[in-house]
Amino acid sequence: MRNSYMTTAGRVTPGLGALLFGLLAPGLALAQSDAPLAPDSGDTAWMLTSTALVLMMTIPGLGLFYAGMVRKKNVLDVCMQTFAICAMVTVLWMIVAYSIAFGTAESESVNAYMGGFGKMFLAGITNDSLVGTIPEWVFSMFQMTFAIITPALIVGAFAERMKFSAVMLFMALWLLVVYAPIAHWVWGGGFLQNAGVLDFAGGTVVHINAGIAGLVLCIVLGPRKGYGTANMAPHNLVLTYIGASLLWVGWFGFNAGSELASDSLAGAAMMNTQVATAAAALAWMFAEWAVNGKPSALGILSGAVAGLVAVTPASGFVNPTGALIIGIVAGVGCYLAAAHLKKALGYDDSLDVFGVHGVGGIIGALLTGILADPAINSAGADASLGLQAYGVIVTIIYTGVMSTILIFITKAITGIRVSDPEEQEGLDLALHGEAVQ
Amino acid sequence: MKLILAVIKPFKLDEVREALTAVGVQGLMVSETKGYGRQSGHTEIYRGAEYVVNFVPKIRLEIVTTDDQVEKVVDAIANTARTGKIGDGKIFVLDVEQAHRVRTGESGEDAL
Repeated sequence: MRNSYMTTAGRVTPGLGALLFGLLAPGLALAQSDAPLAPDSGDTAWMLTSTALVLMMTIPGLGLFYAGMVRKKNVLDVCMQTFAICAMVTVLWMIVAYSIAFGTAESESVNAYMGGFGKMFLAGITNDSLVGTIPEWVFSMFQMTFAIITPALIVGAFAERMKFSAVMLFMALWLLVVYAPIAHWVWGGGFLQNAGVLDFAGGTVVHINAGIAGLVLCIVLGPRKGYGTANMAPHNLVLTYIGASLLWVGWFGFNAGSELASDSLAGAAMMNTQVATAAAALAWMFAEWAVNGKPSALGILSGAVAGLVAVTPASGFVNPTGALIIGIVAGVGCYLAAAHLKKALGYDDSLDVFGVHGVGGIIGALLTGILADPAINSAGADASLGLQAYGVIVTIIYTGVMSTILIFITKAITGIRVSDPEEQEGLDLALHGEAVQ
Repeated sequence: MKLILAVIKPFKLDEVREALTAVGVQGLMVSETKGYGRQSGHTEIYRGAEYVVNFVPKIRLEIVTTDDQVEKVVDAIANTARTGKIGDGKIFVLDVEQAHRVRTGESGEDAL
């Protein structure tokens, strides 16, 4: 959107689709005072590209990032989980999740919490449907890639011990019951957006969400056998390096693409993303250097991801100096959470989903309230720490509670943890009948 | 016939191979292995998780030779593989009952 915050479904422009207008007439009662926008090929070209970049972040970016960190006997399982989640979320998004997230429910009191089922199977979307200046096909696709990566992130928390069937069931339920509603609250015209909570590209919707869900899951599943004594060292950090690099580059689609337009705010978001990521990478590296005496590759890669996470909600609201601050705070904060807090509290968050995404997301979402610069984005003029904290707390509570319920439902239906012999043998062989030679 | 089983530091392999060629050894087997003796391992740290790795990478050499060559071979290995620091390795000499050349069917010392 030009110089404004992320669009809501209420901004759909009927164009030649009278049918579409009819479906959404109730939704347009929301205070949207813009005249219908025309399609813009520059914006659309960028958003098509952004969508591909964000998809690449999951496959193979996140897949490789995680794959390198697990033991070799579980590497294909991690890859399979991320890839299968991509496929499953795609189908569920198209069938119903897009509607829940970005539809507009007939009644305003329902629409505060979810978008209804009017857009199931992408009903009503035609070649003329627009969201802002881009085709709704593209908007829905772009949002789909966010819906894909969020459950895929959670995989890291329960790596090396969760049943594949349980993963698929849990993630399907989680997408519909947790991700889609929260996306609606923050971006789809729901109550958090209406209250003024700011989240440019997904600090709450994606990172805090996945981080808290990960924490819940790793606690409910329990630690891996031998955690604390057995050697669980990453089997190939070169894969993690490739994955982290793909994440960094792809994240330009994630953050700059969240502007939904090819304009200077997208450029600002890109600059903020780069600065925060670099600052966080260095901050983690120096912190580790100081504590352990050696800067590690895993550390600098993790620092970069922490920065990417933290700047996500802020990317279209802060200036580069703000981004620098966010990066430094996230680099140090996430280092402490992953390398020290986890050990102190004793939970086995295998790949630090809570430490990096949960903590990083919280840091970024809160700092957005403090560092938002109205000169960069006028929508940040009323930013406040209090409002951001409200959004953060609501997200944490909802995700925490619902993820707990859903994991116990999953446990009752499929069971969630592999057996001891399966865990010893390795999930690649035990669950998939495959091995990396 | 004797099997000479030697464990040496990996970076010494090329030197040892040249020394063995110089004393007339025409074939040998090399494999990568891990082990420890008095040389302790190392510690790896990943995001605060410390792993003490006790096993140190080594190279295992296996050479079957005639009895009269044993001393020359053992000396060649020991003298080139030695660095004076902990972890230089060990050499064992074992008895070999039979040897056969697959291509020709020769056996005994003719197979070496």
